[in-house]
Amino acid sequence: MRAPVRMLTHGGSLCWGTATVSERTDYSNSQMRFYEAFELEPALSIDADDLKKRFYERSRQWHPDRFGRASAEEQQKALDMTSALNDAFRILRDPASRGEYFFKESGVELSKQLPSGTLEEFFELNMALEELRAGDESFRPQLIEARDKYSGLLNEMGKQLTVFFELYDKYTPSERKIIIEPIQNLLNTRRYIANFLREVDKQLNVLPN
Amino acid sequence: MSFQIDFGGEKSPIVGIDLGTTNSLVAVMELTGPRILSGIVPSVVSVNQAGEVIAGAEAREMLLTHPERTVYSVKRLMGRGVEDIQEELKLFPFHIAEGSESTIKLKLGDKTFTPPEVSAHILHRLKLDAEAELGVQITQAVITVPAYFNDAQRQATKDAGRIAGLEVLRLVNEPTAAALAYGLDKRNEGIVAVYDFGGGTFDISILRLHDGIFEVLATNGDTHLGGDDIDNLLLKIALEDIQSEWNEDVSKKSDAVQLLRRAVIDAKEQLSFLPAAVIDLAYDGKKYQREISRDLFDTLIAPVIDRTLGPCRNCIKDAGVSVEEIDEVVMVGGSTRIPLVRSAVEVLFRKRPHTELNPDEVVALGAAVQAGILSGDVEDKLLLDVTPLSLGIETMGGLVSKLIHRNSTIPASATEQFTTAVDGQRNVLIHVVQGERELVKDCRSLARFDLKDIAPMPAGFARIEVRFLIDANGILSVTARDQRSGKEQSVEIKPSYGLTDDQVEAMILESFDKAQEDFHERQLREARVEADAILAATDKAKQNDAYFELTDEERAAIERGVNELLVVYHGDDHLLVRSKIDQLNEATQTLAENMMNTAVRGALKGTNVNG
Repeated sequence: MRAPVRMLTHGGSLCWGTATVSERTDYSNSQMRFYEAFELEPALSIDADDLKKRFYERSRQWHPDRFGRASAEEQQKALDMTSALNDAFRILRDPASRGEYFFKESGVELSKQLPSGTLEEFFELNMALEELRAGDESFRPQLIEARDKYSGLLNEMGKQLTVFFELYDKYTPSERKIIIEPIQNLLNTRRYIANFLREVDKQLNVLPN
Repeated sequence: MSFQIDFGGEKSPIVGIDLGTTNSLVAVMELTGPRILSGIVPSVVSVNQAGEVIAGAEAREMLLTHPERTVYSVKRLMGRGVEDIQEELKLFPFHIAEGSESTIKLKLGDKTFTPPEVSAHILHRLKLDAEAELGVQITQAVITVPAYFNDAQRQATKDAGRIAGLEVLRLVNEPTAAALAYGLDKRNEGIVAVYDFGGGTFDISILRLHDGIFEVLATNGDTHLGGDDIDNLLLKIALEDIQSEWNEDVSKKSDAVQLLRRAVIDAKEQLSFLPAAVIDLAYDGKKYQREISRDLFDTLIAPVIDRTLGPCRNCIKDAGVSVEEIDEVVMVGGSTRIPLVRSAVEVLFRKRPHTELNPDEVVALGAAVQAGILSGDVEDKLLLDVTPLSLGIETMGGLVSKLIHRNSTIPASATEQFTTAVDGQRNVLIHVVQGERELVKDCRSLARFDLKDIAPMPAGFARIEVRFLIDANGILSVTARDQRSGKEQSVEIKPSYGLTDDQVEAMILESFDKAQEDFHERQLREARVEADAILAATDKAKQNDAYFELTDEERAAIERGVNELLVVYHGDDHLLVRSKIDQLNEATQTLAENMMNTAVRGALKGTNVNG
């Protein structure tokens, strides 16, 4: 079984070298409005409990239900504030979408390419998925096993992402250049696995007649 | 001489309305909690021989005598087009008028109505009932909708409110409303699943309750699955029986079908607490009886109940919780009285569901609580609801590009950049759809938006930012801005189903004006009844000894009160009549107290201690 760390670090091939880091660390000119909605300094790491607490507090203050009998302008403001808050919460609560948002808004372009070897690793499983789709039930056990394995892996990768995010926040701009590649690989691999699992789940839920 | 609680100051209360497939209810928030006003109103509308529209219990009787001019379960048609309802038409006797396409028109007698108009008559009935009971005019309401209702169905419900003369301050999802009523009563913390199986719709919602916040984690359902479907199964059996016993096909005789439908519903309801029940029909001098055992009933309805379990599993998954983490399952809707439903839910959720709340009332009570939140009377509760379906736009090749995913907390928004494909292009058409499938043809078309009057420029140069916003009612709005000029870009919306604003406006005026007039007349009539009562009481009191014990000024004040009330009595200002009633009330205060004291003294004197 392939260890998660190996998947993340066995890279170095040329196709990964597309990330560009801007030297800018001052976010005041950027578009970090999702952080502003929570009065948080832009950072990759976020304390989930604190974020939720802020979300509830601001919802209580700004939800349109609190303005049921207010003027049209106040109601519009409540709607704008709350939709921005909800949009921000949706993006920031999930580490992967937060990471993508953060880099995009800080002017860092991430490559969407998968680490080499990933597609090969999944080649056989994708074939099995196709066979099951076509009705060959003999592939079901293999896919159940894969689902369990990669669900666990996804969790592991989540933890790893948290660690990398913390490091990134602490690092100087030049150090950040080093860690951005593994983060990028982690994000891309996670996205791929999550999509794969969604497809597998969908198919496993279709029971044989 | 009267005592009244002044609740909500000078503003009239906001009512909460459960606009159900089979029955509807109205409730209001009071100091002691939510209260149901008057009684259940069957969601049936009919046009009588005189051409008057009637709604509620009377209309339900008309269903038996004049089924051709009566409609029930209209909620199934809300926000739908004719091509959507072909399946429904096989099972429900809807009389569709000619020329119906994206907007259905129903024929009742010689009149035609859109589904929102039919619903408006039910809402209007509830409005009148609430006004009669509360003695104030009702202009604002919270109306509940199935959580799984799409944009068009929500919009149609809101339109119905407007047509009925009600400003719909909020559409609340039925299971969420139930959770609110439940949370008020039973539990304030934890994870709660609400299984809402009503007359025509099924919803499942999972909520996290924390410190007064009711946060919906996920919702799922089927807007065309309910007790109606169970009725139709029994109906089919009975019709086949009758065909062979009487050698007669009564399925085309709408009066016979309605009688049989009533018989089937009676049997179904009995089967919730008896091991067997009889479908009993007397028609045209003939009798039909058929015993249905609980076992047969369970076998028959198992597929219907199974259809609720898939959405439950998906909902648990989407909520990101395990079955073990769910603390309670709350049952809502009349169909949850069926034992097989309860046991299926118990097996799936691995815990005994809560059935002690009245499943018919809990949604209306929750709607009243939400009305209390909106009016500011309830300060410590807040609902955070989600959109049940993903919102997307059509991209090349008939594919859907999702902008807002299902189960996103609402209000929610998304912005997207659009540009032109051809030099000098002036318009961009955007097709908005709702649903989870990848192809446009498998999703629900909501609307087409035409971005108009784009300044001519080479292809790909235009930068138009479009903002899609789903508000707290789950209803979509769209705004667009030209990024280059910073100007608002005009957006022309063509809803795929339903009524335009102008159409709704045209429907309102008539019924609304009439309602105003009716209301005013009733207010006046009620004020006069009260005036009669106090004038009679004063007249009688003047014979009492206590009257002569009053000072001259006190007697003069009473005389003045009587005369002034008589002067305004025949005018048409009920508020003036009321103010003069109050004035006389005050003037007779001392007299009333003295009479009371005399009466009490008399009573005490006459009391024997050994009684």
